[in-house]
Amino acid sequence: MTAVPETKKTERRISPAVIPMYIVTVLFVALPMVYVIGITFLMKDEVFGITNQVTLKNYADLFSAVNLKVFADSFVVAISTTVLTLLIGYPFAYFTARFSQKTRSFIILLIMAPFWINSLLRLNGWIILLKANGAINEGLLALGIISEPLKILYNNGAMMLGMVYALLPFMITSIYNSVEKMDWTLIEAARDLGSKPFSAFLRVTLPLTMPGVVAGCVLVFVPSMGLFFISDLLGGSKVLLLGNLIKNEFYQARNWPMGATLSIAMLAFTFVFIIIYKKVTDDKTAGGLK
Amino acid sequence: MKKKNGALSKLYVILVLFLTYLPVFVVVLYSFNNSKYGNWEGFSFTWYDKLFQNRQIWRSLKNTLILAFSSCFLSILIGTAGAVGMAKSRFRTMNLLENVSMIPMMLPEIILGMAYLAFFSILKIPFGMLTLIIAHTTFCVPYIYINVQSRLVGLDPSFVEAARDLGASPTRAFIDVTLPLIAPAVLSGALLALAMSMDDVVISFFVTGTTSNTLPLQVYSMLKMGVTPEVNALCTLILLVVFGCIGLYYLFMSLYRRRAEKQ
Repeated sequence: MTAVPETKKTERRISPAVIPMYIVTVLFVALPMVYVIGITFLMKDEVFGITNQVTLKNYADLFSAVNLKVFADSFVVAISTTVLTLLIGYPFAYFTARFSQKTRSFIILLIMAPFWINSLLRLNGWIILLKANGAINEGLLALGIISEPLKILYNNGAMMLGMVYALLPFMITSIYNSVEKMDWTLIEAARDLGSKPFSAFLRVTLPLTMPGVVAGCVLVFVPSMGLFFISDLLGGSKVLLLGNLIKNEFYQARNWPMGATLSIAMLAFTFVFIIIYKKVTDDKTAGGLK
Repeated sequence: MKKKNGALSKLYVILVLFLTYLPVFVVVLYSFNNSKYGNWEGFSFTWYDKLFQNRQIWRSLKNTLILAFSSCFLSILIGTAGAVGMAKSRFRTMNLLENVSMIPMMLPEIILGMAYLAFFSILKIPFGMLTLIIAHTTFCVPYIYINVQSRLVGLDPSFVEAARDLGASPTRAFIDVTLPLIAPAVLSGALLALAMSMDDVVISFFVTGTTSNTLPLQVYSMLKMGVTPEVNALCTLILLVVFGCIGLYYLFMSLYRRRAEKQ
């Protein structure tokens, strides 16, 4: 990330201003991470805590039937969330970029504003809307469309709604940044050369906005595996996500080594995506996509 | 030329915006609901009354504010100094340090929270405000750092050189030249950090103590217990504050831009 100057100054210079960040990074980022990796190789104590016994059992336990199911479920939820936010967010970002400058920044402000409001608060709004005696059911009952309340809260649909709702702004702003920077004359050129609107989109617009799409997907995918409170509050804890499982290992099973091992597994998932993200964004700055 | 949006695309944008704000409006509306059980029964201020008498909520509000402002302040100092210092330094572990310091921003929050829980307990640091401040400061630093660093990269070094040539000491040149130039980046990073800290549920959940419940944690436990309209009243008040802050931010930014254009 830091630009390396071309001049051949190899001398070492450390500005004292870096020292606080150095200390914080080593003490509160690197050490906790190393410690977590460390305890994945240790045994759980009978009641609470960790013994000094070194083992690989935790890693073997990763592949137990229960854990595998949670991995699969979380993966499906995370991928579906990513795909849904992409399908909803792309057209939104694309259309937004076509408005006048003033309207554009106002829309982006409107999309970003809820990001400043606590996500729990917004989920609360959906709970009010969806619950058995909530706004939607009351409205439909009053209109005579249904005769008894629909069960629309505490199921997977409600959980997905919450996920997409919480993460959509990340997708929209990432894609919007790409679309806004795009050179629209290129699309015009494609159209002038006889390309149909849809194929011009596929072959010109989409590749040009790919960095935004990838960035958005990473920003949505990574947190979506860990947002345990959405599954708790809207999904009624029907699906156990990786986040819920880690939380349970720590607070209910009191099995810290297992919780840490699950986190490392999640980290491995995440890492793959971060590498993809880095690769794509680095290509962009290097001028690979222009 | 860009094509203009047709009626359908306009409708789509409006629909998504409507759905974004629908739950927010519902919360505000239901905070004035007279009924306790969620069905609409008429307008009242009962829940605001109840809210103002709830000691727990006041305490958690106080905790949230202390936490957000102290961790924001600390991360401004650490992140800004870090970015400025890194621009002037050259050492072998530089890239490594930068990448590691960015980890809190990249990781799923739950992993960070869990790592702190394990780490603080082995160090026997008592869980409470101290652990919350450490955790929040650590995950706020990257936001400030990235903002300031990208601003520094775009900065013309000749400004500082000119100041130095005219006899300013390095400190003086920093305060009079660099600082005003990076101020907007520091501010936007700081606001982001404030928002992240006040919004955080997951990390706080792991590192909080018995007496240091923050507002989001309070709301979370109230929601888990089943929605009481009191939560809605609380949410409405938070909304007012948040939108007030956003308004101030944009006012400030437009003033700043106007001043910059004049110069």
